[in-house]
Amino acid sequence: MKISLLLTCTADLLYPASARACVNVLEAFGVEVAFPRLQTCCGQPWLNTGRLAGARRLALHFLDVFEEAETIVAISSSCADTVRNHYAELFPDSPVLRDRFEAVARRTYEFCEFLHLVPGVKEMPAHPHPVRTTYHSSCRTLRGIGLRGVAEEYLEQMFGADFVSLPENETCCGFGGSFSVKLPELSGRLLADKLKNVSATGALQVASLDLSCLTHLSTGAERLGLKKIRFFHLAELMAGALT
Amino acid sequence: MKSSHNFRKASASAVADEVLGAAVGKTADLLFSMRAAAVAAYPGFEELRDWGRSRKMEVSGDLATFVRRFSDRLEAAGGAAHFARDAREAVEIVTNIARGLGAVAAVKSKSMTAEEISLNEALPEAGVTVTETDLGEFIIQLAGEKPSHIVAPAIHKDRAQVAALFHETLGSAPGLDVGDLVRVARKALRERFLAADIGITGANFAIAETGTIAIVTNEGNGRLTSALPAVQIAIVGIDKIIPKLSDLPGFLRLLTRSATGQAVSSYVTVITGPRRQGEEEGPSELHVVLLDNGRSPLASGPFREMLHCLHCGACLNSCPVYRAVGGHAYESVYPGPMGDVLSPLLWGMDVYADLPDACTLCGRCAEVCPMRIPLPEYHRKLRVLRAGLKGEAAAWKAEAPAILTQHPLLYRTALGIMRRVLSLGRRLPDGIRTGLPGAWTVCRELPHPREGPDFRSWWEKRKSCHE
Ligand code: SF4
Repeated sequence: MKISLLLTCTADLLYPASARACVNVLEAFGVEVAFPRLQTCCGQPWLNTGRLAGARRLALHFLDVFEEAETIVAISSSCADTVRNHYAELFPDSPVLRDRFEAVARRTYEFCEFLHLVPGVKEMPAHPHPVRTTYHSSCRTLRGIGLRGVAEEYLEQMFGADFVSLPENETCCGFGGSFSVKLPELSGRLLADKLKNVSATGALQVASLDLSCLTHLSTGAERLGLKKIRFFHLAELMAGALT
Repeated sequence: MKSSHNFRKASASAVADEVLGAAVGKTADLLFSMRAAAVAAYPGFEELRDWGRSRKMEVSGDLATFVRRFSDRLEAAGGAAHFARDAREAVEIVTNIARGLGAVAAVKSKSMTAEEISLNEALPEAGVTVTETDLGEFIIQLAGEKPSHIVAPAIHKDRAQVAALFHETLGSAPGLDVGDLVRVARKALRERFLAADIGITGANFAIAETGTIAIVTNEGNGRLTSALPAVQIAIVGIDKIIPKLSDLPGFLRLLTRSATGQAVSSYVTVITGPRRQGEEEGPSELHVVLLDNGRSPLASGPFREMLHCLHCGACLNSCPVYRAVGGHAYESVYPGPMGDVLSPLLWGMDVYADLPDACTLCGRCAEVCPMRIPLPEYHRKLRVLRAGLKGEAAAWKAEAPAILTQHPLLYRTALGIMRRVLSLGRRLPDGIRTGLPGAWTVCRELPHPREGPDFRSWWEKRKSCHE
């Protein structure tokens, strides 16, 4: 089985370790990983600010790079959501392009969703360093990809009783793309509420499938002086359990 | 209405108000969880949502015909239909009726449509005192404020604040509990009901087939307002129309479960025409003011489904932004997700330019909206509309980085530079924290790239080792 990795610009810029972990975990389950080098960004910053000309450019570039790929696996939920649920509608006047985007959307997965659905990974080994861990289920994972309960189950297998679910786990963390810089005071309030819930679990690790949320949460925790809590892509914890 | 609204400023001061946040959060949570329980207890709810949407699609697909049908049937039943193109016309119609009657006192049951046309400000000028009879609205009126939620208008006040308000304005004992506060309000209101010349109501549904209006309340004030005074005036947005009387039960199920988690509200008042000969109660005149105020054009545009809104408030209760700031920060009658969309559409993008940004696109509102209105999508569409209004220069400024990003080599170079700049972390000069980084660091530190080689170099190296 072969997949093409959608690195995402966030991982490209900030989270090489998350991307490496994704590759290692996929390979551990017998998946062959290709990395199309010409990929850039999926175009969300333009899509979310109503700049459709820019969004179309990057959608078309994505198509150039990934159309031949058998299966595409994205490291971050919001990028998978963009490809799956927003590209085709950018081209309402071109049925041909719409069809091509819809076809590529059907072959695109978020990382954890892919493990669950395609190789059908049922069991994660116990993690050698059990630490109290919680999970931030991002809005795009929940309501864009439609993945509920899967990451939590893997985490439970890895961390047993040390996995604690987050109170109000379906509530937005306040990142929201352009929202985070257009309304930073409000974004900060939602962030603080989310981190309060994290602290209440006593967790020292937070896992997520969305790197933008992780950036927002980790830099917010740093500002609030929550030094003990660390933030990881789920793949990093899986990679730790698998070695 | 404000000439230019600044949501960042309004929301920043709202999030600093802890009492407000706690009060709104508590009630919104309660309404949200009651809705969830009520929906879970009703197995056919998802199908009911589809049904409701399809019925409303029928109406929004041929709105003018349905409006005409409603007004014809209303007149056939002895009521008077009035058409108001905008708020000014609607106010004029109401004040003319009041003047014609020589009215001096009106009671009013809760109506967001009346708020939309600022009726409470206009009636005193025509010599008519207005008393709000919904408990929440009564509190708001005493406080000289505006409602901050379309279903629970006083959501931003806690019990202690209401007790203090009643003590000051009605002379009740200080520190009363909820039960006693209700008793005080009821006593004050009873006298007003009996003295009123006019009863002003809204309507939750207007049934085209029969010219009937239906009013949903939990306090019975809607029924008293429509039954005691000699004349009833109902202010009804033309979006409230549903096709048939037989549709009413389905829509009531959707509305009450979504609004308050009730299987049915305490009162549903169904009115077809004024009092007929031989009948013992009801007003002798029934006027229905059908308000357009920017609604008709929506029917043929990209935001058509906004006309399907039941004003249930579920999207407000589910919205992280609304819950954090409450309703007043929106500076509109319609707050929360439905208001983010409606306010710029009804009053202009120039007035409410930043409300489409008051949304993280988290998608929770779309999950709960009984009419399946694609609210997040509508926020995005409004952003597109707004971008289109900003002109060529701004469009280029936005597109230039997309052109760069589309080019793999330029993209990688730019990313490399950013990575190096960000790795400087705390050693970065403070001057760099303006613009985007400045906004980011209002509540966060700048991100720093994780240790180790960047992914691309790692990948290349690994590949060459494998080969
Ligand atoms: S948009 Fe939907 S959820 Fe919001 S008030 Fe209207 S009907 Fe209710």
